[in-house]
Amino acid sequence: MNDLSVYAAAGILLFFIGLYALFFRRQLLSKILAANVMGSGVFLIFIGLVKQPGQSTDPVPQAMVLTGIIVTLCFTAAAIALAIRLKELNEEHHSATRPEDDFG
Amino acid sequence: MTLLFGHLIDLLLAVSLTVLAWRLLATSDLFKATVLFIAFGLLMALAWVRLDAPDLALAEAVIGAGITGVLLLTALRHLDSGARVARMSGRSGRRSLRVLLPALGIMPALLVLLCLSSPHIRSTAGLTASVIERLDQIGTDHPVTAVLLDFRAYDTLLETAVLLLAVVAVWSLHPVRPIFSPEPISPAQRGLLRLLLPVLIMTSLYLFWRGSHAPGGAFQAGALLAAGLLLLLLSEQRLPGRWSGMFLRLLLAGGFMIFLLVAAGALVGTGTLLDYPGGGASWLLLSIEAALSLSIAALLATAVIGGRPSDRSTEFPPRRKDPAGEEG
Repeated sequence: MNDLSVYAAAGILLFFIGLYALFFRRQLLSKILAANVMGSGVFLIFIGLVKQPGQSTDPVPQAMVLTGIIVTLCFTAAAIALAIRLKELNEEHHSATRPEDDFG
Repeated sequence: MTLLFGHLIDLLLAVSLTVLAWRLLATSDLFKATVLFIAFGLLMALAWVRLDAPDLALAEAVIGAGITGVLLLTALRHLDSGARVARMSGRSGRRSLRVLLPALGIMPALLVLLCLSSPHIRSTAGLTASVIERLDQIGTDHPVTAVLLDFRAYDTLLETAVLLLAVVAVWSLHPVRPIFSPEPISPAQRGLLRLLLPVLIMTSLYLFWRGSHAPGGAFQAGALLAAGLLLLLLSEQRLPGRWSGMFLRLLLAGGFMIFLLVAAGALVGTGTLLDYPGGGASWLLLSIEAALSLSIAALLATAVIGGRPSDRSTEFPPRRKDPAGEEG
């Protein structure tokens, strides 16, 4: 067993916790957070498996994960804008038709 | 003794990351989830330090914890403002998804066992040696910067395009709304801004300069500059109307455009896309990095504010009107 594989193991757990939340949480913001956690899990697996003890970390996966972190932020910003828009449309729809009816 | 201590820290970090992720996804209080997510990002940064990836630690601390945190907190104000929170409507599919539950339990257990038990997964040499071997042919001494701007420059080019596209997507969804709370900004925040802003700009410049030979570089510097910009914007400073039109759009697209120009120039000059003349002169890489940093700072800040500036040249983001007369 390698001392740094705990991070890869944690990455696997993070991925599946995120996947579970992505399926079963109802709130859109929770789903967005879940996708973020899944991404972090993938990055941890990537770097955790690459890292050799006593050597510097391989620069190619590092650069790819750096790209990944920025793309995750792009995803989060776009998804949040969509969620806010969805909420606005829902509110307009509800106030136009049945104001007493709740979600679900 | 120090080795044992290191193992202990690794184990503690891995367990805390997992528990934090579980807690933040289990709670239905979105504010709590956001705060836990910021803490999660900071612990991720620590994990990157332990994994000897300082570039990632910097990026994660600024982007993963900082800017995503601000983004989530501003989103909460819009999402939580009414009684209703955005949800998936309808129950369809939820019950059938329960079938997946055993798979969601067994799969990670198997993978974790595999990962912890088999040493040969990581027996390949990796690309470190080949990168370092070719470092002297290009204008930078830091391997990660070299990979980002030369060896895998195509990735980086498309990444800036994705960043630009995200802002275009956000802008196309709705016009900008005021992001401030109706209360006036406290004097403490103004004082903090005056103290922090010069430090942020200096640190950003330092990270930018460092990128050519040590961890740091265009993305971290740009993200830190974006943090400074956001601090300014959250303290009721605004981009004047005459700059929120063409100037802002040029700033947002500038990094991508200059990168694309260099790529096209290389295509014309050497016949290969992104094959820099002279093996990548350092002034060429430096000018791409500078344009990228500024663009990234502007892109990240506008993505967090969310919403396009209005067509009439007004301040960006707009002032909050008094609550009675708020526009619909």
